[in-house]
Amino acid sequence: MNRRTLLASAALALGLAGTALAQDKTKVGFVFVGPIGDGGWTYEHNEGRLAVEEHFGDAVETVYQESVPEGADAERVLTQMALSGADLIFTTSFGYMDPTINVAAKFPDVKFEHATGYKRADNVGTYSARFYEGRAVQGHIAGKMTESNIIGYIASFPIPEVIRGINSAYIHAKKVNPDVQFKVIWAYTWFDPAKEADAATALIEQGADVILQHTDSTAPQAAAEKAGNVYTFGQASDMAEYAPKPRISSIIDNWSPYYIDRVQAVIDGTWESDDTWDGIGAGMVKIGEISDAVPADVKAEAEAMIEAIASGAYHPFTGPLNKQDGTPWLAEGEVADDGTLLGMNFYVEGLTGEIPQ
Amino acid sequence: MIRLEKRPQPSRAWTVATPILAVALTMVAGGLMFAALGKDPVEAIRTIFWDPLFNEQFASYSRPQLLVKAGPLVLIAIGLSLGFRAGIWNIGAEGQYIMGALAGAGVALALYPLEAWFLFPLMVIAGALGGWAWAMIPALLKTRFRTNEILVSLLLVYVAEQILASMSLGLMRNPEGGGFPGSRNLQQYPAAANPELIAGTGMHWGVVAGFIAVITAYILLNRHMLGFQIRLTGQSPRAARFAGVNPNALVLFCLGTSGALAGLAGLFEVAGPAGQISIDFNQGYGFTAIIVAFLGRLHPVGILLAGLLMALTYIGGELAQFMLGIPAAAIQAFQGMLLFFLLGVDVLSNYNIRLGRREVA
Amino acid sequence: MDFGAINPVVLIASLMVASTPILLAAIGELVVEKSGVLNLGVEGMMITGAICGFAIAVETGSPALGFLAAMLGGAVLSLVFGVLTQVLMSNQVATGLALTLFGLGLSALIGQGYVGIKPPATDRLDLGPLSEIPVLGRILFSHDLIVYLSLALVAGVWAFLRYTRAGLILRAVGENHDAAHALGYHVVRIRLAAIAFGGACAGLGGAYLSLVRVPQWTEGMTAGAGWIALAIVVFASWRAGRVLLGAYLFGGVAVLQLNLQAAGLAVPVELLSASPYLVTILVLVIMSADRGRAAVAAPASLGRVFHAST
Repeated sequence: MNRRTLLASAALALGLAGTALAQDKTKVGFVFVGPIGDGGWTYEHNEGRLAVEEHFGDAVETVYQESVPEGADAERVLTQMALSGADLIFTTSFGYMDPTINVAAKFPDVKFEHATGYKRADNVGTYSARFYEGRAVQGHIAGKMTESNIIGYIASFPIPEVIRGINSAYIHAKKVNPDVQFKVIWAYTWFDPAKEADAATALIEQGADVILQHTDSTAPQAAAEKAGNVYTFGQASDMAEYAPKPRISSIIDNWSPYYIDRVQAVIDGTWESDDTWDGIGAGMVKIGEISDAVPADVKAEAEAMIEAIASGAYHPFTGPLNKQDGTPWLAEGEVADDGTLLGMNFYVEGLTGEIPQ
Repeated sequence: MIRLEKRPQPSRAWTVATPILAVALTMVAGGLMFAALGKDPVEAIRTIFWDPLFNEQFASYSRPQLLVKAGPLVLIAIGLSLGFRAGIWNIGAEGQYIMGALAGAGVALALYPLEAWFLFPLMVIAGALGGWAWAMIPALLKTRFRTNEILVSLLLVYVAEQILASMSLGLMRNPEGGGFPGSRNLQQYPAAANPELIAGTGMHWGVVAGFIAVITAYILLNRHMLGFQIRLTGQSPRAARFAGVNPNALVLFCLGTSGALAGLAGLFEVAGPAGQISIDFNQGYGFTAIIVAFLGRLHPVGILLAGLLMALTYIGGELAQFMLGIPAAAIQAFQGMLLFFLLGVDVLSNYNIRLGRREVA
Repeated sequence: MDFGAINPVVLIASLMVASTPILLAAIGELVVEKSGVLNLGVEGMMITGAICGFAIAVETGSPALGFLAAMLGGAVLSLVFGVLTQVLMSNQVATGLALTLFGLGLSALIGQGYVGIKPPATDRLDLGPLSEIPVLGRILFSHDLIVYLSLALVAGVWAFLRYTRAGLILRAVGENHDAAHALGYHVVRIRLAAIAFGGACAGLGGAYLSLVRVPQWTEGMTAGAGWIALAIVVFASWRAGRVLLGAYLFGGVAVLQLNLQAAGLAVPVELLSASPYLVTILVLVIMSADRGRAAVAAPASLGRVFHAST
C-alpha cells in the first residue's frame, strides 16, 4: 500500500464516519449576511439557530457561516454546506436568492429556506415576516407621543419592504394625529452605526421628537438619549438597554418558532416547499414591551391593536386609502392584497417627498 | 549586533524557502490563536490547508473553486505587478474592477434580450475598456501634471463605489426584481453569461484569461524589450532614461494594462460567478490582488501560486467556519497573520543577516 | 422643501462631532506620512482602538481609561506594521492592507462578548457660562473633552512640525531618508515613533466612535472611516491646518446630505458622497501642476523602503 492509497482510505473512513454520524442527527445549516455580532438582523437569525439547538438538543446539529457576501461566495458556501451533509439550509438574506435556487437544483435531497425572496422550487421554500404589522403599532404610539408633530424615519434602501413600513407607520400615526408630518432620511445602508447616529441627530435637530428606524444599530437610540425628550423604537432586536426611555417599544424579529417548526418538519419527513409570510399572529413579529414612558391609555390602545392584528380582525392596510398623488388605492373597508404589498413602490396620501428613483 | 546586508541578487534558495517558512510560522501562531479560542489547532489547520484539496467529501468541488476564487486575483495582480516593477503604483484596481464590470454588464443590459454571438466578445471589450479608462485618469494626471498616482487611483475607488451604488439602485436595476437593488442576473442571459467551460472544473473565461496573462507577462518580462525597460525603470529610473525609455509612455502602458486587466476581471466576475451588479458587488479583489502581487514577489509564476494560496485560505477558512464553528473573525485574523509572516520573512531573500560589529567603511 | 428647518449653528456643532474620529485618525496619519511612511492600515487601527477602548471602558466603568487603552491598542497594532516595514523592510502598501485585514479580524474576536452593551457615558465638558453664549457657545463650548483634544492635537502637530527641531528632523527623514541618515539621525527609530503616534491617534478616533458618537460596539463599525482619513491627508496636502478643514469638509458633506434629506430635498446621494473625493483629486492636481510650490506636495520619501547601506 503506497502513501496515496493510505491517505485515500483514511479519508474514505473519515467520510464514512461522517455520513454515519449524519444519519442519526439532522444537520441544519444557516448562512448569514452579516456577523452574528451585529446586534440586529443576523443576530436575531442566530438567536433562532440557538433556539433550534436548545429545542432539539442532541437530535439536531446546526452549522453556520457568517458574513457571507451575496453572489459567487454564497453559492460556494451553500454547496459546501450541502456537501457536508446538511439536511436543511436557511439562507437569510434577499441577495442569496439566485445562489439558493442554483444550489438547490444540484442537491434535490437537501431542503432550502430562503428569507425575504420570491423564487421557489420543490426543495426551496421562502419565508418572511410582516414587519409592517409592527410598524402600525409603532405609528400609533408615535402619533400619540409626538408633541412637535414631526416624526423622523431613518430608512435604509428604497425597496418595497421599507416603503411598506413607512406607509404603515404613517397611516396609523395620521389616524390618531392628523397634523403629523414624516421626515424620511434614506441612509442607503442596513447597518452603519456612525451614519445612523448622524441621521438621527439631523432629524432631531430639525424638530423630530420621535424617531423610527429601519436600520439595525442602536446608534439612533443613543443619539435620542443624548438629545433628551426624544422617543425611539427598537428595531430587529429589543434594544432594551435603552428602555424605558428613549426606547418605548420595539419590533423584534422572532424567527425561533418558524425555525423550530421547519426543522421538525424535516425530521418528520413532512417538509414541503411553501411561502410563509407571518406576522404578529404567528409570533414571527414580536412587539417589545411598551415602557412606562407611554401613558397607560395609549399603551392600552396599542395593546388592543396588537390583539386585533394578531387575531386577524384588523389589517393595517385597510381602505379608504389613496396613493400619494391622490389616486384611489383601497376603497372603504377593502384590504390590500399581498401582491401589491410585496411590490409596494408608492407612498400613501399625505406623505411628502419622493421615493428615490 | 545584528544587521542586514543587501544581497546583490535575491537568494534563490530563500525565495523558495521563505513562503514555506511563513506558512509554517502562521500555522504555529494561528494554532495558538485557535487553541486560545478552545478549538483543536491541528484540526483547524488541517481543515484550512488540507481539506479543500484532499477531503473526500469536498475536494472534488472545492478544488475547482480554487480556480474560481484565484482567477480574478491572479488576473488583476499580474497587471499590477508590471507597474509595481517599474515603480508605478496603481492601488486603485478595486475601482477599475468595478468600472470594468459596470461597462461590460452595461452593454449586456442595454442590449437585453438580444441573443447574438457577438454579445459576449463585445462585453469583454467593454469591460477591458471600462477598467482601462478608469486607470487612464491617474495615468494622464501623472504624465500631464505629475500628480501622485497612488493617491488618485485610491481616491477613484470611492468614486467608483458610489457609481456602483447609483447604478444598482437606478439605471441598471432589474425591472423585474421587485424593486430590490441589483441588476438582472447575467447567468440567466445565455448570450451574456460567462459559464463554466467544462463542467466541474471551475474553468471560466476569467480563469483562462488569468492563465494567458501569466504566460504573456512571463514572456514579456523575460524576452521582450518592453519587459527589460520596465525592470530597468524600476531599478534605476535615470539609467532607463539614458537607455531611451520614455517614462510617460511607460506610465500610460503600465496603468492602462493593469486597469484593463482589472476591468476584465470585473467583467468575467459579473457575467460569471457573481451574476449581477449589486451594491456590494466588489469584494475587495482589487485590494487583495495588491497583496497577491507582493506575495508572488511580482513574478508571474509567483503570483499564480500566491493567488492559489490566498484562494486556499478563503475556501479552507469557510470550511473551518462551518465545520468547526470557528468565527469568521478568527479566519480573518489568521489570513492577516499569514500575510504578515509572508511579507516579513521576505527580508531573508533580499538581505544577508550578519552578526557582529559593523565594519568601518 | 424646508430649508428653514436646518439650523446652521446646530449643523456646525454636529458636524464637529461627526468629524472628530476621522480628524483624529487623519492627524495621526499626517505625522506618519510626514516621516515618509505610507500606512494604509488606518481602518484596522481605528477599529482595534474602538474595541480596546470600549472593552476597557465597560470593564472599568471609566471612559478615560477606555480612551487610553484605545490609544495603546492602536499604537501596539501599528508597531506590527512598523517592525515589518522598518526593520524587516517589507512593502508598505501590502503591509498596510494586511494590517487592515488583521485589525478587522482581531477586533471582531475581542469584541465577541461586547455586543449589545451600553458603555459608560462620556460627559460633556461643563464650561459653565461659556456655553450660554449665543451661536458661538453652541459651536465652540458644548462638546466633550475629546473634541477639544482633537483640535489641540491639530494645533500641536502644526506647531511641532513648524517650530520644533524634532519636527524639522521628522520632516527631513520624510523628505530624504538617506541624507537624514548621513547626518546621523536614526531614521528607523524616528519612523517607528511616528507610526506609533499615528496608531494611537487612529485608536483614539476609533474609540470616539464606539464610546461617544455611536456609542456601542459592533463588528466593522468604522465602516470605512479609516480610508476617508487617508484621503483627508492627501486633501490637506500634508498640512496640519488643512487636515482640520478636510475632516470638517468630509464630515460636513455627510451630515449636510442627511440634513438636506430630512428637510425634504431629493438629493443625489451618490454624487454628494463622491464629491469630497473628486474635490480631493482636483486639489491634488492643482497642487502638483503648480510646480513652483512643489515643496508643499507629498514627502519625497513617502512609501519608499529605507535601508542603511553604510
